[in-house]
Amino acid sequence: MRHYPTILSQEIRALLFSPITYVTAVLFLLVMSGLFTVILDQYSKEALEVAPAVTFFGSFWIPVFFMVPSLTMKSFAEERRMGTLETLLTSPVSTAEVVLGKFSAAYIFYLLLWGSTLGFHYILHAYAHDARYLDAGPLIGGYLFIAVSGLLFISVGILASALTRSYEVAAILSFTILFTLIFGLRFLDQTAALNTGFLQPAKATVDALQIMSHVDDFTRGVIDTREVFFYITGSVLALIFSILGVEYKTLNS
Amino acid sequence: MAEIPDITIEVSNLKKSYGSLHAVNDLSFSVKRGEIIGLLGPNGAGKSTTMRILTGYMPATSGSVRICGLPVASQSEETKRFVGYMPENNPLPDEMRVSEYLWFRGRLKEMPRAKLRSRIDEVLELCDLKRNRHRILGRLSKGNRQRVGIAEAILAEPAVIIMDEPTIGLDPHQIIIVRDLIASLRGRMSVIISSHILPEIEATCDRVLIINSGRIVAQGSPSELRHEIFGHTNYRVELSGDLAALTGQLSTIQSTLKVASLGEPDSDGFCVATLTTDSNADLGETLLRILPSQGYRVRALARSHPSLEDVFLAATRRSWDARLPDKKNGQSDNRDPLPNA
Repeated sequence: MRHYPTILSQEIRALLFSPITYVTAVLFLLVMSGLFTVILDQYSKEALEVAPAVTFFGSFWIPVFFMVPSLTMKSFAEERRMGTLETLLTSPVSTAEVVLGKFSAAYIFYLLLWGSTLGFHYILHAYAHDARYLDAGPLIGGYLFIAVSGLLFISVGILASALTRSYEVAAILSFTILFTLIFGLRFLDQTAALNTGFLQPAKATVDALQIMSHVDDFTRGVIDTREVFFYITGSVLALIFSILGVEYKTLNS
Repeated sequence: MAEIPDITIEVSNLKKSYGSLHAVNDLSFSVKRGEIIGLLGPNGAGKSTTMRILTGYMPATSGSVRICGLPVASQSEETKRFVGYMPENNPLPDEMRVSEYLWFRGRLKEMPRAKLRSRIDEVLELCDLKRNRHRILGRLSKGNRQRVGIAEAILAEPAVIIMDEPTIGLDPHQIIIVRDLIASLRGRMSVIISSHILPEIEATCDRVLIINSGRIVAQGSPSELRHEIFGHTNYRVELSGDLAALTGQLSTIQSTLKVASLGEPDSDGFCVATLTTDSNADLGETLLRILPSQGYRVRALARSHPSLEDVFLAATRRSWDARLPDKKNGQSDNRDPLPNA
């Protein structure tokens, strides 16, 4: 892991120089601020049971679908297309260091962008002068969910990028995997076929993998270790597959 | 870093196949410390594949490669420390500055910060890049990019430098600069360069390996190769006189001297004759003395050196034709058997 800091700083620099990062950041802030305004609008009209933060984090999937592909798509696909992956892998670094470096850089940006939405809550608090709007519980839970689930989402994006040389394909692939993870599993959960008796264990598994209900748990303050474990193992698995993917592609290039 | 042995690269029976296609087929050679080797071959001969295997980027199907005594297949992390590599087309990240890029690469190659700073100045000076050190790589001219690639390859002072077509796409002036740069590494580092620009190889390399369809079809210094492939010397004479008797006259000068080709006489009655002999001795003076005494008028005489280009064409054609037109009996055969196809 000697080269990890070097690769990480190089990747952060690459992301900072890439216009896609700024387009993503602007788009993200536009979408999130729009969403926040709509939520506040709703709250101003009628009394609702849950805190605004719960609804806010409930729509985490909207930015995830465009943010993760655009932050990660270039990581390996672009380097492979340019040929710089060859120079990188012929220096005494291991593929694991490269994958981890790229993953960490994208994850740091993901967290930074989400971190910037803290400003929304602060502004609301500062102008409304009402302590109820800044409810620490759902906020902490919500950001914790973002941090933990981000591990899985970003590593899925890295995996998609590791499998191809075109970043368009990488973006579409990571979008598809994320969509399947977030909504595909939900549709699967609703299919009647799973309700038959002997498929009950499968039903229980699919139930436990509902990312949309995880976010509810987190914002309510229920931090289930099984859920955390799911994201961490999923992320580790995707990173291992990314390492294998990069090595497989060079074996057969 | 460990002591560098005298033989820096040892390749034995290297094979690489993609399905039924053999990109590299039973390649064996070794490189001594400080030697500059040229890898020559037509497109698709297996030059880049061989280089990629040497760097540890790609595994071989069978055979072994040792860099500084260590096997690349099982200890590629260690062998990568001995190798400076510049891939084909020299890929560089477009958004970085020259000095930033060299710093990043130097850190990846485990150079200590203090040493790296002075070493970057040194290689920039060596590659004549001082003026460009703060420029963005994506905006550099082709020649400067190429020099950044070379600077990167020699940055960590590796024992082995592998460069895949370092002079491709450069103008003649830049080619000379790059060639001098490579020549300046002689004696300190083992260098392998590939090219199909033959004068390049001839000017810089101590030894040439000609590869075709993944095999070595000829190897040796450029002059050895000329002799090995052709085995004869040609003279070009412009003369007039009794051409029919010329063959007879020539055999009295030297037994193997004969007319290889005879052109049509021009308006002045002179024609161009190509004479060929197996002898290595210079017959120029003898020819100039005897031919006029036999009543021939000689206007020009030159001993023609087959260029490396001719050697290359002959060697690669020979392996394509799968026959040995220039091979004589009794000559030692240190070449691989030729393919049947």
